[in-house]
Amino acid sequence: MKKIKCALIGSGNIGTDLLYKLQRSEILEPVWMVGIDPDSEGLARAREMGIKTTADGIDGLIPHIEADEVKIAFDATSAYVHADNSAKVNAKGVLMIDLTPAAIGPYCVPPVNLDQLDSDIPNVNMVTCGGQATIPMVAAVSRVQPVEYGEIVATVSSKSVGPGTRQNIDEFTRTTSGAVEQIGGAKRGKAIIIINPAEPPLLMRDTIHCLTESEPDQAAITESVHQMISEVQKYVPGYKLKNGPVFDGRKVSIFLEVEGLGDYLPKYAGNLDIMTASAARTAEMFGQQMLDGQS
Amino acid sequence: MNLKDKKVTLHDMSLRDGMHAKQHQISLDEMVAIATGLDEAGIPLIEVTHGDGLGGTSLNYGFPAHSDEEYLSAVIPKLKQAKVSALLIPGIGTVDHLKMAYDHGVTTIRVATHCTEADVSEQHIKAAKAMGLDTVGFLMMAHMISAEELVVQAKLMESYGANCIYCTDSAGYMLPEHVTERIALLRSELKPETEIGFHGHHNLGMSISNSLAAMEAGATRIDGSVAGLGAGAGNTPLEVFTAVLDRMDVDHGIDLYKIMDVAEDIVTPMMDQPIRIDRDALTLGYAGVYSSFLLFAQRAEKKYGVPARDILLELGRQKTVGGQEDMIDDTAMTMAKALKANKA
Repeated sequence: MKKIKCALIGSGNIGTDLLYKLQRSEILEPVWMVGIDPDSEGLARAREMGIKTTADGIDGLIPHIEADEVKIAFDATSAYVHADNSAKVNAKGVLMIDLTPAAIGPYCVPPVNLDQLDSDIPNVNMVTCGGQATIPMVAAVSRVQPVEYGEIVATVSSKSVGPGTRQNIDEFTRTTSGAVEQIGGAKRGKAIIIINPAEPPLLMRDTIHCLTESEPDQAAITESVHQMISEVQKYVPGYKLKNGPVFDGRKVSIFLEVEGLGDYLPKYAGNLDIMTASAARTAEMFGQQMLDGQS
Repeated sequence: MNLKDKKVTLHDMSLRDGMHAKQHQISLDEMVAIATGLDEAGIPLIEVTHGDGLGGTSLNYGFPAHSDEEYLSAVIPKLKQAKVSALLIPGIGTVDHLKMAYDHGVTTIRVATHCTEADVSEQHIKAAKAMGLDTVGFLMMAHMISAEELVVQAKLMESYGANCIYCTDSAGYMLPEHVTERIALLRSELKPETEIGFHGHHNLGMSISNSLAAMEAGATRIDGSVAGLGAGAGNTPLEVFTAVLDRMDVDHGIDLYKIMDVAEDIVTPMMDQPIRIDRDALTLGYAGVYSSFLLFAQRAEKKYGVPARDILLELGRQKTVGGQEDMIDDTAMTMAKALKANKA
């Protein structure tokens, strides 16, 4: 069967993990990986897997887009260079899936709004790791009844947080809280991130608190949360409800643990796994539409 | 120990760390009364924010009685000589909060991270420095790493522009020898113009001794709290510390009777519970657990029937860090399930 060809921009941990996931896809086929360091491990690994590589950044990819029929690009670099990368691939008619917190395009949290995105948008943003892990739960409550305030606490292992996130941790806070409102459906959103250095590294933990406007419908919310957990488990099997939902007045609290698949990144880095898995799932939906349009 | 004629800057925590002990419910009148009392007693620096710093207002840590803006605007205009500081924990507060604090007249910003994660403070320290603020790097839970590792993190904060670095004993776990080792190495490794500070908790009854050890090793800023109002068994009680410093002929600049009166007449009557080393606060210090977990664990005990002491020990075993208050209910529920399964 014909597959949709993809390029990965960024040859770090995220790009490499995503490469493993795309190689298993029945819809997508990774053909290019773009880096900036010719000696990078990620590029070497991609070459071994038979993927074309360039160490000349985005400009090393652009001349090959048409000949190699690249239709979807993933950006796993940084928010600072994303706009430039996106403009360049969009000019060639390529859809950009953004794994940086740049958020030029609309947010996508697959089980919540993937099916609502227009098929002709040029750029989709994957929010943040904390957003991917928690916004499905905010949405699971807000689809039952209005949520006045949604708050998420993401705790991640020190080893799973790269220098980009560390240098601009405010971006995580702002992007995530914005998406808790926009995609999660909370009228006001707040996001907190905690980095824990324990060894062995802890699995990603997430706590979601929602304040409902009226008395929470406990049975309906509990059922909705369990349904949503199953939806996320379709692409992140290690997404688990540890405790809750717990009800305290109008407060609904949900406690999660996210274990990664361990494709390239270690299993404790569920925060990174849920990003690459969400990006792959988002791209697969667009890829399927492209295939349907061609037939 | 000879500290004669040494100069020290005492920094009061009652209106920030004390917010933990009051579940962030200190009223504006109480804040103003304490702050003006401390101002008159000669305390040069007073911290005012939510217990978890700027932007700490949340379901996770507790909604405060008033916003940081309201507290700062109520307190700052009333002070004659004292300056006001604000705490900022990256991951909870942002540079936007920092700007707000600056606009309200805060002159010291203390950017706090877990002791191993100093590199998340770069954008906030740089921003505070660019505003011309007295900029402090505040390394929390400093008992969890060695003096050498602490220096590496301190140097990061110093390189971003912090002019003062704190060794913070958030769990009240350290003994004087631990303090001496850390402060002495910081003093010898950081730039001579970088100040060193120490923040203690009284969970093992060591806060005064630890603060003295810090001064002897080169710390010139010491945190404390009038009447000890703070998380866990409280901070170094400032009126007690002042009396000790007085006996040792330290140049502290505080009116001892006035600060005693603030402790006795204003702060103690407004406490929701006595600030003392009860068995749970003792467990914090014994097991090295973040002091603000105390009241959360005691509430979880009531709710889930698991002793607070056991919950705190488990949180210590899991190596939780400051800010992980959500793990208290989570852990208590998991422990309650296990207890139930064992009984069945």
